[in-house]
Amino acid sequence: MAFRKDLLLISSWIRPRSKVLDLGCGDGELLKLLKIDKNINGYGIDNDVMNIKKSLTNDINVLQMDLDDGLGDFESNSFNYVVLAQSLQVVKNPKLLIDDMLRVGDEIIVSFPNMGHWVARLQLLFRGKMPVTENLPYKWQDTPNIHLCTIKDFMDFCKENNYEITEKYIANDKQKKNLFNKVMPNLFGEVATFRIR
Amino acid sequence: MSDPSINIFTDVAEIKSPLTLVSGKVIDEYNLKYETYGMLNKEKNNAVLICHALSGNHHAAGCYNNEKKPGWWDNMIGPGKPIDTDKLYVVCVNNLGGCHGSTGPTSQIPNTQKIYGSSFPIITVNDWVNSQKELMDFLKIPSWRFIVGGSLGGMQAFQWTIQYPSLVKNCIVIAAAPKLTAQNIAFNEVARQAIMKDPNWHDGNYIEKGVVPAQGLSLARMLGHITYLSDESMGEKFGRELKQAKLNFNYDVEFQIESYLRYQGEKFVTGFDANTYLLMTKSLDYFDPIKDFGDSLKEIFKSVKSKYLVISFTSDWRFPPKRSREIVKLLLDNEKDVSYSEINSEGGHDAFLMDNEDYFGVMKSFIDEVNNGI
Repeated sequence: MAFRKDLLLISSWIRPRSKVLDLGCGDGELLKLLKIDKNINGYGIDNDVMNIKKSLTNDINVLQMDLDDGLGDFESNSFNYVVLAQSLQVVKNPKLLIDDMLRVGDEIIVSFPNMGHWVARLQLLFRGKMPVTENLPYKWQDTPNIHLCTIKDFMDFCKENNYEITEKYIANDKQKKNLFNKVMPNLFGEVATFRIR
Repeated sequence: MSDPSINIFTDVAEIKSPLTLVSGKVIDEYNLKYETYGMLNKEKNNAVLICHALSGNHHAAGCYNNEKKPGWWDNMIGPGKPIDTDKLYVVCVNNLGGCHGSTGPTSQIPNTQKIYGSSFPIITVNDWVNSQKELMDFLKIPSWRFIVGGSLGGMQAFQWTIQYPSLVKNCIVIAAAPKLTAQNIAFNEVARQAIMKDPNWHDGNYIEKGVVPAQGLSLARMLGHITYLSDESMGEKFGRELKQAKLNFNYDVEFQIESYLRYQGEKFVTGFDANTYLLMTKSLDYFDPIKDFGDSLKEIFKSVKSKYLVISFTSDWRFPPKRSREIVKLLLDNEKDVSYSEINSEGGHDAFLMDNEDYFGVMKSFIDEVNNGI
C-alpha cells in the first residue's frame, strides 16, 4: 500500500520498537505504517468519530479526545515520540500543546503547511485574497486552520520558547527537497517537518 | 423489529460446584439461566459473552414466540448487526442473584421449603465473573473472542479481563466507571431505602408473607430512571406538557413526566424482585477493582492480553465520559491496547441501549476488525 510521503519521512525518524503517540491521527495511516515498518507500539488521538471508525478498521489504538484539552491522560515521559503531523494549525493554543507534547514524549515531531510559500504569498499580493493552495485547501470562512504560520514564524517561536530543533526537513508537496527550498525554504518549502526536544 | 431469522436457544445450566463468594459465604449449587444466538464454530473461537446491567437479564435478542417485544439489546445483536450472530456465538446469562431464572432471592433454598429472600448472600462483580466462568466451562468454551457490556455489564466485562486475563481476547466497556462516586452510591442508597421503608418489606421476606414491596420498588425504579435519562432527552420527550388542558391544583398526576415515571415504576414491579434490586445496587457500590487488586494490579496487567474498546456518551451523567476516561487512563498507564470513543448523544446513561449511527459504527468497526483478525 502507498503511504503519504510526509508520513514516510516521519517514519524514517522513528526508532524501531518505540512507543509513539500520534496527535490528529486521522485514519491511523502513520501508526499503521509504523506498525508495519518499525514494529512500534502506538496510540492515535482524533476528535472526529469518522476517523475513530477508520482507525479501528485499520487495527489502530485510537482515542477520541480533543487536543485543545491537552494531554492530561498521559503520564510524563511515557512515550518515545509524540507526533503532530499537519495539525498544528488547528490547535487553539500551540504553545500549551507543544509544551505538553514535550512533557509526554522524549522527542516530538511537528509538521505544518508553510504559509510563507511563494504561491500563498502571490495569491495575497496579486489577487488580494486569502491563499487557497493544495496544502491549504480551505476558504477563509470554512477553514479549521486558526494558527497558520510560516517556517520563519515557527523557528522564531521555537527560539522564544527554548525548544531545541534537532532536525528539520523542508520540502515541496511531494516531500522532495530541491535547490530552491534548500536555499530559500520559507519561500519555496510547502511542508515543514521538525524534530524538537 | 427483531429479525425473525435469529435462532434463540434458552436453557438452564445447573452448576454443582460450590462458589465461594468475596463475602466469604458459599453457595453450594446454583442455576444459571442463559441464552445463546448463533453457533459455536469448529475452532471454538467465536464465542462472545454479553453482560447485562442492573435490570437486565439473559434475553438479550430476538423475540420469543407470540411476543412482540424483543430482547433488551436486540438492536445490537443479530444477523448483520454489530454483534453479528451469523459469525459469532453469543451467550448472555441472567446473573446469579437475578430474578429471571437464575438462582436468586426468589429461589427456593435447596433441600428446604424456604425461599432465600433476604438471606440470599450479596454477590459482587467478582463473584459474577466466577459464576460466568462456570457457565463458560459448562458450555465448553475455551476463550471469549470478546466480552461486552454497558453500565454494570461493562464493569463485569472489564473485571473478566483482570480476573481471567488469558481467557478474554477483546473487551468492550460501555458507559461504565472503574468505581462508583459518592453521588452514585447516594442514589443507590435512596433506592434501597425506598424499598426497605415499604410497609410490605418484612425484612426482605415478603414472598413468605404473600406480598410485594411494590411502592418502594417502583419508587426506586422511578429514581433510577431519572438518572438514566438526560435533562435534554426528558425535556424533548415531555417538556412541561400536561395530561389535561389545565392545572388542577392538586397532587394527582398533572405533568406527562409524572405519568411516565409512575408507569415505568409500576411496570417494573411486575417483572422484577426487590431483593435482586438491592443486591444489584450493592454490587455496583462495592465495585472497585483498583482497590481490590491493589499493588498486584500492575503485575496482573502484564498478563492481560485483551484489546479494549471503551465507549462513553456525552449526556450520560450517571457515568459521564470522564469516568470512562479513568478506565482508559488505567489501561494507558499499563500500556494495554485500548481505543476510546465519546459518542455524541442526548440519550443520557441509557444511550448505550439506543440506536445511534456513530455508536453502532464504532462498535461495528471494532468488532469487524476483531472478526477479520482471527
